[in-house]
Amino acid sequence: MQLLVQVIFVLIAAEIVGAAVMVVTAKNIVHAALWLIASFCGVGALYLLLEAEFLAVVQVLVYVGAISILMLFAIMLTRHVTGKGAETSLYQRWWVGLIVAAVLFAAVIAPTVLAHPWETATAAPALPGETGQPAAMAGIVDLGRAFVEEYLLPFEIAAVLLLVGLVGAIVIAFEERAARRHIPTLAEEVAHRRQPE
Amino acid sequence: MIDSVPLEWVLLVAAALFCVGLYGALARRNAIGILMGVELMLNSVNINLVAFWRYLEPHQVTGLVFAIFIITVAAVEAAVGLAMIIAIYRSWQTVNVDAVDSMKG
Repeated sequence: MQLLVQVIFVLIAAEIVGAAVMVVTAKNIVHAALWLIASFCGVGALYLLLEAEFLAVVQVLVYVGAISILMLFAIMLTRHVTGKGAETSLYQRWWVGLIVAAVLFAAVIAPTVLAHPWETATAAPALPGETGQPAAMAGIVDLGRAFVEEYLLPFEIAAVLLLVGLVGAIVIAFEERAARRHIPTLAEEVAHRRQPE
Repeated sequence: MIDSVPLEWVLLVAAALFCVGLYGALARRNAIGILMGVELMLNSVNINLVAFWRYLEPHQVTGLVFAIFIITVAAVEAAVGLAMIIAIYRSWQTVNVDAVDSMKG
């Protein structure tokens, strides 16, 4: 059983990191977006393995369903169809970024993670009534309760942030169509349609 | 999961994802590619939060709450960022961040 979980974890981890590497190395930006979807799905599977079911669903809905599609639409709107010039999509001195990322991983993060003694909580929460300690994992009920009690203000601020983002995105991306072609009002349209008779 | 896979493995996966995303954000010239790198980094932070919640404080909801806030902020950031990219493309006819240099001193 333990070996099975380990094998599943390694597979999911390889999928996540492999797809992420393809995201940053793919020459075609559309392929990069599709690999990004694969990486997001892998992260959702990892959430499931970590027993955060609600977060896994949110991950699939928001990242796979919304953000990836948004990116694909942005690519469609900003790219010439054949993608000429997509081959030179990397910065000229890309190896600087590679060195920075590799050094950050190998010299900073990995030694810190491996050297720190993690006080992992006692494995497998005891069954209720078995040892007198219920020790239930926080579930979706606790999560919902936390959002309307302890984290009410951040919750509302997040809602306002979403509204501001929505209005901001519309304002920024809004195209002044009136300057390009005349959009008839309803009255003009009705008058235009009646004219031929 | 927590008695068969040590916490360090999950943290290393998240660290690897973060570094790959950082490389993408640094090395790409396409603005959408940079946004993809940023999304990968946010994802790796989320993995860290969920792993800490599961391994260290499974009785608290703090880790999950923060992960959901990060997802919210990432969604807003992607929407506004892509709107800005579309606006830039409309006036510059490119999404190459090297070419957009009108504020260069």
